[in-house]
Amino acid sequence: MTTLAFFNLPDVGEGLTEAEIVSWKVKPGDTVAVNQVIVEIETAKSLVELPCPFAGVVSELLAKEGDTVEVGNSIISVTVADAASSVVTSSMPAVAEQAASAHQAVADAAASVSVEEKSPNLVGYGVSNSVGATRRQRHGAHNTATSSSPVAVDHAAVMATASTISVAPLAAGGAAAIAALGAMSASDGVIAKPPVRKLAKDLNVDLTKVTGTGAGGEITREDVVGGAQQASVFRNLTTPAPKSEREERIPVKGVRKAIANAMVSSAFTAPHVSIFVDVDATRTMEYVKRLKASTDFAGVKVTPLLIMAKAMIWAVRRNPMVNSTFTEEEIIVHNFVNFGIAAATPRGLIVPNIKDADKMSMLELAMAIEQLAGTAREGKTTPADMKDGTITITNIGVFGVDTGTPILNPGEVAIVALGSIRPKPWVVNNEIQVRQVTTIGATFDHRVVDGDVASRFVQDVASVIEEPALLLD
Amino acid sequence: MVQLLSPAGDYAVPKEWATYGKYIDRLSEADFLKFYRDMARMRRFDKEAEALQRQGQLGLWIPAIGQEAAQIGSGYGVGHNDHIFPSYREHGVAITHGIDLMSILKMLRGVNHGGWNPEETRFHLYAIVLGSQVLHATGYAMGVKMDGMVGNGDLENDLAVISYFGDGATAEGDISESFLFAAINHSPIVFFCQNNQWAISSSVASQTKVPLYQRGSGFGVPGIRIDGNDILASYAVTAKHMDDAREGSGPFMIEALTYRIGAHTTSDDPTKYRDSEEVEYWKARDPLARFETFLRRQGIKQDFFDEVAEAGEKLSTEIREATFALKNPPIENMFKYVYSDKHPRIDEQLDWLRKYEASFGEDAHS
Repeated sequence: MTTLAFFNLPDVGEGLTEAEIVSWKVKPGDTVAVNQVIVEIETAKSLVELPCPFAGVVSELLAKEGDTVEVGNSIISVTVADAASSVVTSSMPAVAEQAASAHQAVADAAASVSVEEKSPNLVGYGVSNSVGATRRQRHGAHNTATSSSPVAVDHAAVMATASTISVAPLAAGGAAAIAALGAMSASDGVIAKPPVRKLAKDLNVDLTKVTGTGAGGEITREDVVGGAQQASVFRNLTTPAPKSEREERIPVKGVRKAIANAMVSSAFTAPHVSIFVDVDATRTMEYVKRLKASTDFAGVKVTPLLIMAKAMIWAVRRNPMVNSTFTEEEIIVHNFVNFGIAAATPRGLIVPNIKDADKMSMLELAMAIEQLAGTAREGKTTPADMKDGTITITNIGVFGVDTGTPILNPGEVAIVALGSIRPKPWVVNNEIQVRQVTTIGATFDHRVVDGDVASRFVQDVASVIEEPALLLD
Repeated sequence: MVQLLSPAGDYAVPKEWATYGKYIDRLSEADFLKFYRDMARMRRFDKEAEALQRQGQLGLWIPAIGQEAAQIGSGYGVGHNDHIFPSYREHGVAITHGIDLMSILKMLRGVNHGGWNPEETRFHLYAIVLGSQVLHATGYAMGVKMDGMVGNGDLENDLAVISYFGDGATAEGDISESFLFAAINHSPIVFFCQNNQWAISSSVASQTKVPLYQRGSGFGVPGIRIDGNDILASYAVTAKHMDDAREGSGPFMIEALTYRIGAHTTSDDPTKYRDSEEVEYWKARDPLARFETFLRRQGIKQDFFDEVAEAGEKLSTEIREATFALKNPPIENMFKYVYSDKHPRIDEQLDWLRKYEASFGEDAHS
């Protein structure tokens, strides 16, 4: 008499929601022992080997190498002799019952990422309204298979104390500290003072590639600046060699699939119209410089994006239609601004937004932008952060391009692209002068925003960039 | 550094450590075997617990492999009246004081907060907040002295306190405050620092400029460094200074130089911050292997080691089955131990939680 036992992917690192299957160490038909390593997985934190909780014969691998699996989904089934372990046997009915329902789903979409199932159109670019469903689901999953499903989820509250053992040092300490190690400690074999290291980081200079001219090979400020100049000329010189195979096939899934769906739905639902304007941003750059130096903004990151955000919020007040949502029945004009900022993250493009950004002072907005960017970079943006946006900016200038035609974030009717700001010839009083020039591009949903409103809005934004003092209005 | 058993397994007592040697002279063969058995038990327990965490049965595991000699030796050096204030990695010390190992697993599964009674076991609950237990221990030691339970030459009633902490905790203000209070009050306490050389990803070199055993001297707490992978040094030095503390000679610090072979916790990946060569160096100084060599030279036969291995397998199976069989605690437990008497606000909160859980219908948490 045998029973089929399922091993559900555990949360191996305090609060992880998924892991990637890196390599299987067993295949169907193999005999496995308790605690034999069966699979290597990669989580956001580390590579981890999972030991098998059962002894028996592998029946099926329920996820493929390279798949990303949600915590709680079965990854392997093992045929277990009933007498082998009283524990496994006693828990079998529950496990089997849960497995019966879970198995089909898992087998069908072997380790489908949550994104694909919840909402086809929005994750990764805006968000669906399925935030609340998570707990209920997990709750159920946990209880139908008490003895074999991970404990961490439901015990979050109880575990709070235990988690603090290392969550505080680890969550902050894990990834961040390790990243910091590379940047700040001497473990990179580089001698440089912290301010020099910071400068190198700001200028994107790899210290290990800079030759130090200071005492004992110490890298000086000048070395870094020199390195940066060289790097600015010779950047992206390493071009990968052409691959030998003629084609490469990348499965469309996860965040990429969500982005694709959102883009298509946006582009083919809302008639897009784009307009552009060149603008002299010299005063904005001076304003940014002054804010950076002011004591009130000490320790806060100030960038042209901040002034741009303020300019857009100001222009929204003068042209409320650009801050609305179109439904077939009505146009909902929002009298608040949830300010979305498109962010490129390792997981793909996401658009978190700052709630009620119009109620914020310059300082509050600066801090909110910094926090939003930090959260996005760490991959910690929550679905709630991405919900209910009303207007969006995409800062493509950071990639060195002049402008582009952005695609609307679904549910919104306006999006602005901020191009790079750089010295260019500009006519002032009939003379050519070198000014800091940028291009503002914007796309609107033409069902809602007419050409005149769109033009006025963009012109308003541009006028603030040209003369930030208008914000005093 | 006090070392009585060399990494090669040679036992020798240099003249300056003769006081410590006397403590070893008192031990019988049965004591030696008990030491080894418990070190092996601690390691087997550790391995099984890590596997259980990887199988989703524990929220977290905190490995202590490599620190068996420091913990089992010092644990047995603590007297039968003494109180122990552990951090969260003292599974070996827990073994020497009869803590049910399942209690530790329950805590790391979130079933309870430890659940043993420190008044009965004298082994206090695991402290999760780094260094906090050292303050508690210091306060307890001050109380012991106020109660006049120290320096009476009365081994039945006199007692001392020992507090365990790691190299990382020494960088916390709590430890300095403890040194100061213990020294000023001449409290009966031994500060036992297991220097396992890594505070998660911070190396000990980034935590201190002077050897840790000297840390207390400016406060008036003398200290000594021992080879933390030498169980005999660990036992003898702890026993001697616990005796001294009980007799009224004030606080003392022991730094046991050892190494954390595994990760900080199961959420940590040490390969990201330390070299495998360093780990290999310390694996070659394994405390169990060293003591096994010693025992074999004492004439202990293979039968004994076979028996220990078998007991290890049995322990693994027991721990495993008991963990899989653990039930979720009733939600009432969260509220039961907040106040000694009934409290209307607590009742209200419990009531709210019950209704909330019930709102999940059939999925409700039992």
